Amino acid sequence: MHYPSNHANPRRLHRFHGGLHLPDNKSQSTGTPIQPANLPPRLILPLQQHIGAIARPLVSIGEGVLKGQMIAAAQGTISAPVHAPSSGVITDIREHAVPHASGLQGMCIIIDTDGRDQWCELPEPIADVRSMTPETLRQRIRDAGIVGMGGAAFPTSIKVTPGSTQPIKTLIINGAECEPYITCDDMLMRERADRVATGTAILRQLVEADECLIGIEDNKPEAVTAMTRAVEEIGLDRTEVVTIPTLYPSGGEKQLIMVLTGREVPSKSIPAQIGILCHNAGTAAAVADAVLEGKPLISRYLTLTGQGIANPRNLEVLIGTPVSELIKQAGGYTKAASRLIVGGPMMGYTLQDDGVPITKPSNCLLVAGAAEAPAPGPASPCIRCGQCAAVCPANLLPQQMYWHARAKDLEKVQEYNLFDCIECGCCSHVCPSHIPLVQYYRFAKNESWAQEQEKIKSDHARIRFEARTARLARMEAEKKARLRKKKAVLKKKPTKAGSTVDPKKAAIQAALKRAAEKKAKQAEEGVLPGNTEQLSEPQKRQIEQADSRRSDNRQTSVETETQDG
Amino acid sequence: MRFPSITSPHTELPNSVTKTMLWVIIALIPGSISMIWYFGWGILINMLLASLGAVLSEALVLKLRGRPVLPAIKDLSAVVTALLFALAIPPLLPWWLTLIGISFAIIVVKQLYGGIGYNPFNPAMAGYVLLLVSYPVEMTSWLPPRMLAEQIMDFNQVLSVIFTGTLPAGLMWDAITMATPLDIMRTQLDLNIMISEIRLSTLWGDFGGVGWEWVGNWYLLGGLFLIYKRVISWHIPVSILAALLLMAMFFQTLDQETYPFGLFHIFSGGTLLCAFFIATDPVSACTTRKGQLVYGACIGILIYIIRTWGGYPDAVAFAVLLLNMAAPTIDYYTQPRVFGHGTMKND
Repeated sequence: MHYPSNHANPRRLHRFHGGLHLPDNKSQSTGTPIQPANLPPRLILPLQQHIGAIARPLVSIGEGVLKGQMIAAAQGTISAPVHAPSSGVITDIREHAVPHASGLQGMCIIIDTDGRDQWCELPEPIADVRSMTPETLRQRIRDAGIVGMGGAAFPTSIKVTPGSTQPIKTLIINGAECEPYITCDDMLMRERADRVATGTAILRQLVEADECLIGIEDNKPEAVTAMTRAVEEIGLDRTEVVTIPTLYPSGGEKQLIMVLTGREVPSKSIPAQIGILCHNAGTAAAVADAVLEGKPLISRYLTLTGQGIANPRNLEVLIGTPVSELIKQAGGYTKAASRLIVGGPMMGYTLQDDGVPITKPSNCLLVAGAAEAPAPGPASPCIRCGQCAAVCPANLLPQQMYWHARAKDLEKVQEYNLFDCIECGCCSHVCPSHIPLVQYYRFAKNESWAQEQEKIKSDHARIRFEARTARLARMEAEKKARLRKKKAVLKKKPTKAGSTVDPKKAAIQAALKRAAEKKAKQAEEGVLPGNTEQLSEPQKRQIEQADSRRSDNRQTSVETETQDG
Repeated sequence: MRFPSITSPHTELPNSVTKTMLWVIIALIPGSISMIWYFGWGILINMLLASLGAVLSEALVLKLRGRPVLPAIKDLSAVVTALLFALAIPPLLPWWLTLIGISFAIIVVKQLYGGIGYNPFNPAMAGYVLLLVSYPVEMTSWLPPRMLAEQIMDFNQVLSVIFTGTLPAGLMWDAITMATPLDIMRTQLDLNIMISEIRLSTLWGDFGGVGWEWVGNWYLLGGLFLIYKRVISWHIPVSILAALLLMAMFFQTLDQETYPFGLFHIFSGGTLLCAFFIATDPVSACTTRKGQLVYGACIGILIYIIRTWGGYPDAVAFAVLLLNMAAPTIDYYTQPRVFGHGTMKND
């Protein structure tokens, strides 16, 4: 077997700036093997569990569905379908609380399960992956509703479609799992290493990557061993399981790429631009399931942990299972429970209500006790100690960004590269003044986006206004030009030496002549002006008066004109 | 079940301003004890008096500004300012001068600019400079270190000197006070005495003045502790000391009888206190790493220039205040290369 072993020939690893050594708190939830979660009586499936366009429901209320059946289809290119995680009846399609930092609601399909957990007919398993065309595999991944399971939830099928950028040289599987408490990827790699490795092989085949690196932090030796063995068994060549030092946030995409390859993903661009593609270990396993078994993404590994949970553990949960059901299975809340967090302590967001469902990118439910996550005290002014800058993995100056974000000087914050902030929370964690720095950056980002939108709108309006002004000015100019031309013609002195006739008078005369000719012609044809026969006496008088008035007017007006001329 | 909505990170925050200030106070202990050892109880009395004045001034202004008083007092920043100020002033300074200096530092230099985090100048140094330019005689009347003193006053005697200005019977001001080594060196050099001759006196130790150089050592120890605890970074102290050393070494090679050697500058006056405790005040210093190097180097150079050619024997306070003014500009031009920007390691 030909693959470089990290034991024999250690790869040279690199460092990113800053980072934090945090107490990892992972052992609490790795004690028991993964078990499937109980089938909940009700599943709540948000139509938006991914980045991109919301999925379109394919079912109606009252309809029965089978496990694995597609119940909402992808809309547009960047989107993902949703599948029924168990069999049952659609009881509602409505707004429901979803796991999101905003606490807002989202459109959800609600299934009351029937307990039979009956599968629908799944697509044919693909046994010989190597003989499949990339299109077939990509379609399979798309139809299975697979999205990035590390948290970003970007549709995987799009990520494995070669863009116009350079070819992918390196595929990186992210098994770093750098956030404290979270262990679902660790458990997945321990227990289903073969699936992760197979998924890795499929992803690599799709993007035709030369080499593959599986990065795992050194606090997960069991996962490293399992993955190394799995890679060996499958016979993946030029694939290396790399143990990286535990340092938060080494699992950040750009940070992991830096650690493994020493290369920096340029600001505002994606790894593909430098020939690298990064996928989460969980995504790789889901891809293998979809391809090898035709199984759509209807379940995932989830860590339930924290001092607020009686029996911290990992469960394989159906997407759409309400949080409260899972907590129940983990022994319920303890007295210490004071904060309910989706994700890890550093980047996770709090839920106000445990009725929300688990979605595809949810990796951890952390019920923190007051001792683990004490209520934040009031922030004091920044003393510019620069500890935030020392730990920032993007090498930003958080203290300066904070200063300008606080002043709502959005231009200045962006000058300090606000949009390179990955919101890892290192700065907030070390801040001696307890300033919620990341919150300020999120605010500034949102404000900037809003401003951008406003600017686009106002630019439109300005362009339209300018076009209108220009058009009116042009029309005015044309009118004036016409007038000038006319006047010039009128003013022009007669060119012929013999003619003494004033051009204006000549024009009037010509007009009179034309009128007379017309009249004569009409008389010739026997047409009389108006129906003058049947007029009453007063009417005739009126006409006469009008005629005389008109002729008077004409004379005077002609005179005035001549005088003016 | 309902839970509160709180923004990430959801961790126990390891640092606090109070903790930071407490570390600084702890790091000042060896230096303070050695100062008290060499220069008597006056140092301790000044420290207590200044701390009291600082806390009262801070409370007064916060009250007038309608701000919460207790959190600001509890952050200990006023106490740190007071201690640094007290360690810079002569041990027998009349009490009212100490109070004027510290209240100016806290009320005008710190609180009128908005309190902690907003002061552009180092309050302790501004208070010190106010006194130095207004009361030059009182501010340059130091005591000799204990091994050179003819008589060592006890606590009550010192207390009475500070608060009533009356010396114990049989003592004269001229007899008990003594200029600092920097001052002596300067005066004698002005008289065209060669350094090798000057240093023949018993006033001198290995590097600086007897006693003084040991105080410097203890400050250095405290400073290294602060670097170890990551309360300060090495950049400012190292660049100050390196710049001062380089300047001194350069001029010493030109004429070693006119320009004192490098370590004399390091272990005299307030150099080490400044390098580790004063110039590193984060609020008024540079915040970028590169900027801190520039900031420190400029302070080091200025200290040398003012000491050598300026009108004052020591220059720490002036150098720090001048660079405080330049800090925002230095910060602006020394921003680090952000990840993914500019020249990358990729190629």
